[in-house]
Amino acid sequence: MQSYLLPEFEVERKEEKCIRCQVCVRQCAFETHRYDEELDRMFSDVEKCVGCQRCVVFCPTNALSVRPNPSAYKLNYSWTDERISDLTKQAETGGVILTGGGNDKPYRVYFDHLVLNASQVTNPSIDPLREPMELRTFLGCKPDTLALESWSELGDVEIRTAMPPNVMIETPILFTAMSYGAISYQAFKSLAIAASEYGTLFNTGEGGLPKELRAKYGRNAIVQCASGRFGVDAEYLNCAAVVEIKIGQGAKPGIGGHLPGEKVSCSIAETRMIPEGTDALSPAPQHDIYSIEDLSTLIYALKEATNYEKPVSVKIAAVHNSAAIASGMVRAGADIIALDGLRGGTGAAPKIIRDNVGIPIELAIASVDQRLREEGIRNRCSIIAAGGIRCSADVIKAIALGADAVYIGTAALVAMGCTLCQKCYTGKCNWGICTQDPYLAKRINPDIASRRLVNLLRGWSLEMKEMLGGMGINAIESLRGNRDHLRGVGLEEWELDVLGVKGAGE
Amino acid sequence: MKTGEEVNEMEIDASKLTHKELNDAIRNCVLEGAERIILRNVYGQRYIGTRLYSPNPDNKVEIEIFGTPGNDLGAFLNGHRIIVHGNAQDGVGNTMDDGEIMVEGRAGDIVGMSMRGGKIFIRDSVGYRAAMHMKGYSGKKPVLVIGGTAQDFLGEYMAGGIVILLGLGNVSHKANFIGTGMHGGVIYIRGEVEKYQLGKEVGVLKLEDKDEEILEKYVREFTNYFDLGISQKEILSEEFIKLLPVSKRPYGRVYAY
Repeated sequence: MQSYLLPEFEVERKEEKCIRCQVCVRQCAFETHRYDEELDRMFSDVEKCVGCQRCVVFCPTNALSVRPNPSAYKLNYSWTDERISDLTKQAETGGVILTGGGNDKPYRVYFDHLVLNASQVTNPSIDPLREPMELRTFLGCKPDTLALESWSELGDVEIRTAMPPNVMIETPILFTAMSYGAISYQAFKSLAIAASEYGTLFNTGEGGLPKELRAKYGRNAIVQCASGRFGVDAEYLNCAAVVEIKIGQGAKPGIGGHLPGEKVSCSIAETRMIPEGTDALSPAPQHDIYSIEDLSTLIYALKEATNYEKPVSVKIAAVHNSAAIASGMVRAGADIIALDGLRGGTGAAPKIIRDNVGIPIELAIASVDQRLREEGIRNRCSIIAAGGIRCSADVIKAIALGADAVYIGTAALVAMGCTLCQKCYTGKCNWGICTQDPYLAKRINPDIASRRLVNLLRGWSLEMKEMLGGMGINAIESLRGNRDHLRGVGLEEWELDVLGVKGAGE
Repeated sequence: MKTGEEVNEMEIDASKLTHKELNDAIRNCVLEGAERIILRNVYGQRYIGTRLYSPNPDNKVEIEIFGTPGNDLGAFLNGHRIIVHGNAQDGVGNTMDDGEIMVEGRAGDIVGMSMRGGKIFIRDSVGYRAAMHMKGYSGKKPVLVIGGTAQDFLGEYMAGGIVILLGLGNVSHKANFIGTGMHGGVIYIRGEVEKYQLGKEVGVLKLEDKDEEILEKYVREFTNYFDLGISQKEILSEEFIKLLPVSKRPYGRVYAY
């Protein structure tokens, strides 16, 4: 069938600069570029280009540029180019349109409508370069009350209350769930190295944790137990810092996932504990969880399996009733609640789901935090917010709205080279991140990629200290749920209400 | 707690214990070197056997249960052996890795959910979604043998392993959606099943020699464990059908790339 699709990108090659070195040919797994020996000329099949910019960056003479195709349909705000090309694609295939990355639609980004406070005159700001500034965070359930016992005349006290298991992280930023399978082994290992170097956690996703990484990186791992139960065994659960039950994901709330059989290589099959070459199907629900009571059953099964030594996290997609669901989760025994918002990323999801289901993370954090406070159970869990955290200011704002820490996914991938071309589901990632092709995957060197990730964590942490210092706060704990430090700009009354913040100037 | 003579046997009265207290006590027995633990008056305590990962890695224990264990019996089980003199509830052998579970009675829903190793023998029937997403890989091949019948969605999403449904006691199989979404492993059923009862991802095949061997082996084990009043030979004399997935990739053609 003749395809009616317009190419998304245009490739321009400056002939006078091109030296026919064919770097572009080798860099593009989508086979956009080719060299014709007889004519001694380079050609580009623009319809194959995904706009990842790998060839542009690697062209030694800067001969290439890739930009959106200037050809366009007649301007139409309802029937946009994207709608028309999606329709065309479906007419040609009859399938569900897949995509990768996070929701790219122009929903309101509340972080961009919230501004932070700073100390002026009436209270001093703090200079974090010279004064202590605490970003250290403890994840897990905190007791309702503390029983203290004084045991010396000097006033030393001992805590009598049995403390539930907590995990200490050096900065309130964790790497979100990205499985080995969704991303390459090299990218997965880079996250593990960076987390252990910086003193934070990475999340295995539901693809298991390769055995050789358990001893060294287990203590920095959040291991997932999801609907497919891939790679879950007692050793996997016990080597980790935190066990997370994955109920949902911001990019695809309410649906399962399929890792296509061609990506299930020998090593992935071993790690996921499934036969090589079969689809790794994650059912939409966990079939042992149909209610809050069932969730509690699995939470305690995991606590039993880990001898009550590890916090158990439950991750849900932020949806309409998140606040009520979160209350149930805490009462079911969750020590950590992970909320993944509308803009959360994915390796593969139906586009129609990614772009239309769920609620923005800012509203979810605020409503969940508020609800748990009202019910007097906020101390019983930590909240990790995810889905569209792009910079350190987003982290600070998420924490001021009520989160304990944040998960970053897309930001970490960008640090490793990702340019958000959203073709993760094809398995042909030119940056070596979202692929199982050994030729592509070796483009990520875990020593270098982990350095880039550590740099990112360090840069954000320094910026966060600056912002905290400016507000006159010297510990991230004092900012948690401290919405007085936020003001809304350009928001409606109901939005300010849900966020629990005043308008700027109020 | 009492200690036996030949094997190091200990006994726990579960009648006044919560699930956590009972599992604490079982764990302590294993740490003290018990090889066999007898639990009396069990009345719905969950997760029996779950907390036995590596308190003593070489010591595989046998747990004998009198009464009715609660949900998630042997969840994440790591190579121990559990015998239930009575019925079991939901989630028997949930995500089990290795070991054996024998139930002298019936079991509830999701028996053997996501198990990837070990064996489960249920004397009577089971509830919904048994063998849900059971898997196998390299050397691991989980086995679930059910004496009676199963309810809907038996073997849903199954990715590996062996399920044998014996239909003893003249039960008729009423389950629908058998093997729906199945993409690995095999289900053997003794007795009649209509085409409409099967998921569209499975096909019905005749038994081959290697299937006969598998059935002979596990049905023998089954008849050895339980007092059934019917021999292995009698069971095997009736016809079995074999269900296999038609594709390793049942949903490969749903998407537009």
